[in-house]
Amino acid sequence: MLTFQIPYLAVAGLIIIGLYAVLFKRNLIKMIIGITLIESGVNLFLITLSFREGSVAPIYTADATQGTLMSLPVPQALTLTSIVIGVAVLALMLTLVIHIYRHYGTLDVRKIKEDDN
Amino acid sequence: MFEDLLTHAPALIVAIPLLGAFLTPLVGKINDKLRNIFAIIIVALNSFIILLLSYNILAHESVKLAPDLVKNGVQTYIFGAQSANYPVARIIFEVDGLNAYMIILGAILPLAAIIYSWSFMKDETGQDKYYTLMLLLTAGMLGMMMTGDLFNFFVFLEITSIASAALIAYRTNNKFSVQAAFKYIVISTIGALFFLFAIAILYGQYNALNMAVLANSIQYGLLEKIAFVLFVVALAMKAGIAPMHMWLPGAYGRAPASVTLIVMGTTLGSFYGLLRIGFTVYGEHLISGTNLSIALGWMLVGLAILTIFVGVLMALRQNDFKKMIGFAAVAEIGYMLLAFGAALASVYQDTAGAVAFSPEGVTALRGGMFHILNDALDIGLLFLVAGAIYYVSKESSLNKLGGLARNLKYTTIFFVIGMVAVSGLPPLNGFASKLMIYQSTYAINPILAIVAILASILLLAVFVKVFYAAFLGPKLPKFDKVKEVPISMLIGMLILACIIIFIGLFPNLVVENVVQPAVDALQAVLDNTNNYIAAVLGGA
Amino acid sequence: MSSGMSKIVKTMTGVTFPLMLIFGLYVILHGHLTPGGGFQGGAIVASACAMVLIAYGSVWTMKKVKEKHLSILESLGAIGFIGVAGLGFLFGVNYFFNNFLLKQDVIPLFNNVGTGASNINTAGVIPLMNIAVGLKVIAGLFAIVLVMAYATHKLKGGEK
Repeated sequence: MLTFQIPYLAVAGLIIIGLYAVLFKRNLIKMIIGITLIESGVNLFLITLSFREGSVAPIYTADATQGTLMSLPVPQALTLTSIVIGVAVLALMLTLVIHIYRHYGTLDVRKIKEDDN
Repeated sequence: MFEDLLTHAPALIVAIPLLGAFLTPLVGKINDKLRNIFAIIIVALNSFIILLLSYNILAHESVKLAPDLVKNGVQTYIFGAQSANYPVARIIFEVDGLNAYMIILGAILPLAAIIYSWSFMKDETGQDKYYTLMLLLTAGMLGMMMTGDLFNFFVFLEITSIASAALIAYRTNNKFSVQAAFKYIVISTIGALFFLFAIAILYGQYNALNMAVLANSIQYGLLEKIAFVLFVVALAMKAGIAPMHMWLPGAYGRAPASVTLIVMGTTLGSFYGLLRIGFTVYGEHLISGTNLSIALGWMLVGLAILTIFVGVLMALRQNDFKKMIGFAAVAEIGYMLLAFGAALASVYQDTAGAVAFSPEGVTALRGGMFHILNDALDIGLLFLVAGAIYYVSKESSLNKLGGLARNLKYTTIFFVIGMVAVSGLPPLNGFASKLMIYQSTYAINPILAIVAILASILLLAVFVKVFYAAFLGPKLPKFDKVKEVPISMLIGMLILACIIIFIGLFPNLVVENVVQPAVDALQAVLDNTNNYIAAVLGGA
Repeated sequence: MSSGMSKIVKTMTGVTFPLMLIFGLYVILHGHLTPGGGFQGGAIVASACAMVLIAYGSVWTMKKVKEKHLSILESLGAIGFIGVAGLGFLFGVNYFFNNFLLKQDVIPLFNNVGTGASNINTAGVIPLMNIAVGLKVIAGLFAIVLVMAYATHKLKGGEK
């Protein structure tokens, strides 16, 4: 029975490690890596939901007959959309970090001040 | 005559700005002025279609333009199929009274912002990308307010947060803008990922992503409660409710003023998402008068009081003009949450066993709904005035401004209108909605009304201080040569001010025709014919 | 990063780049038959272009590919997508994203439904949309990598 719970444990582990990195690390790049870990965890959770025991991939091939059990195709589309959104957000965050480094000269979160007073 | 247009209006409202956003770089290669005019035409066309759609849904049966499109007050539009037969596997845009009310915001704010940015952005580089991102942000905001599918809501939420982060960091040579945008996108992404996690939980349980199907078949077990908590936290992060409000004053304050106007629309769109998930998807279980849901209402009221306090007290200490208005915006969102939380806490079960909102609860719902529109207009006008002052003087700190009223006559008048409206003084629109909130929360618990009135008075004090510091006072020598702001910025501010004055003079008209159908849509789950679900699943 | 790597790396990149390109375009075009589609194939082609950027250096690549060409390509991909979605209005039933090329005899392209890896000429509008999305993803991801390389090159430009 434990073999079916391993993906869910992996999801929990990834999200907890990602949250730890976002909350407790001081370097901006490490915070971004933490966000990527949370996103990988949520994507893994989405794709685990489509599993049916003893099923094949949901593709029509020339030798798939009627009545073969196929895993659900909808969560695969949801996961793909989420991965695309994650790539776009990651690109934007890294560009902003490049600009921050150019202005402040440091990547330490405590030293990036908000205003001049 | 409008029948064809109104059939496809829900999809056209999102498709026209999207097409405009992708055509803008190509048009911009030809000529710059042509691109500005193209953007204004697209937004004006979009606003026209939105107002037609809203009129059709909110108007009375006898004066509708196309009555057979709207069944029981709900119009649906199905992408990729003829009819939404069960099993429902399509993406549906479902426009009922609440949606028709929220998209009016999407008609007014982008029009004012893009007309304003004709002159405001004249000297900046990279304007191609600016107009593309503004139109993309408009499309995302309108899609968020109209969709009937949870995952589609998530996709539009992410579209708006990516586009707004890129626009907040538009002035990349100013180091505070870039770090405000980074803060915004980190908090926004974490919130959106928790939202996706909650959608995955609900999908795993019910194999459905459509809001109407979920509302029909949702139970109230442990997993659904966890999903509800994740939904509330994620959407509260995006709406700027304390203690997750840290990004809001920085992001609103450091962005260009026209960008702040539309980003405010998306913040209110996330607040609408909170209402939709609370009152429609979880409606049966939340409005049930049990101790759990009343405790939930009081918890929302507690968060709202915290938000109002934080917003007003931090606004008193600021020296920067736009950040002060940003903190005032935080306080105003607290007012809205106060109204809705108090309404939720006032649900009772009457003698026949039916559940209902008490009369004060209904007034609170109406006040909170009305305040969404008023707040967007008032704070939007104040931000546009702040942008005008920045354009003229290139200063944003109050210590260095002074005596501008002699040169900027019209801008001063607009600032006075905005100040009176935000603090809730008669005869402008802030008074109407805030009076409803005071009246209803006083009947539920007097302390809430006292806090709300006190916060309004403090906001008036803050803005009078700003008025004195920036506009009155002795003339500073470096501002000798400033002239009035260009006319396109004045037109942008005039649009908002005219609507504020109109709503202020005729609040009854607006509340009965525009706000009441929205409140009826929120209460729809209490009576047996739930129009929202019946429009999708067919049959009561 | 700005001046590329050694001669051996450049030669091998020149040999493997067309192979990666063909594989990526295969994944895009067969999106309705095998796993893949617009985004997946576009990401493969964009990684191939990023490999060229790293091997040949950002200075050489930016002389060959200008950013505004990528912007026009991306806009064309997006307009193609919305255009094909809206074309359904001309053919009968009125709703967006109408799969109007399926099961009709007026236009003899993409009309049947078929299985197996050799039936590209099937499944209606879906291959056209895959091509549009693939074009947009290639242009978009390559533009992101190119702009980041340019920004880092400018950041270190004063020191080198």
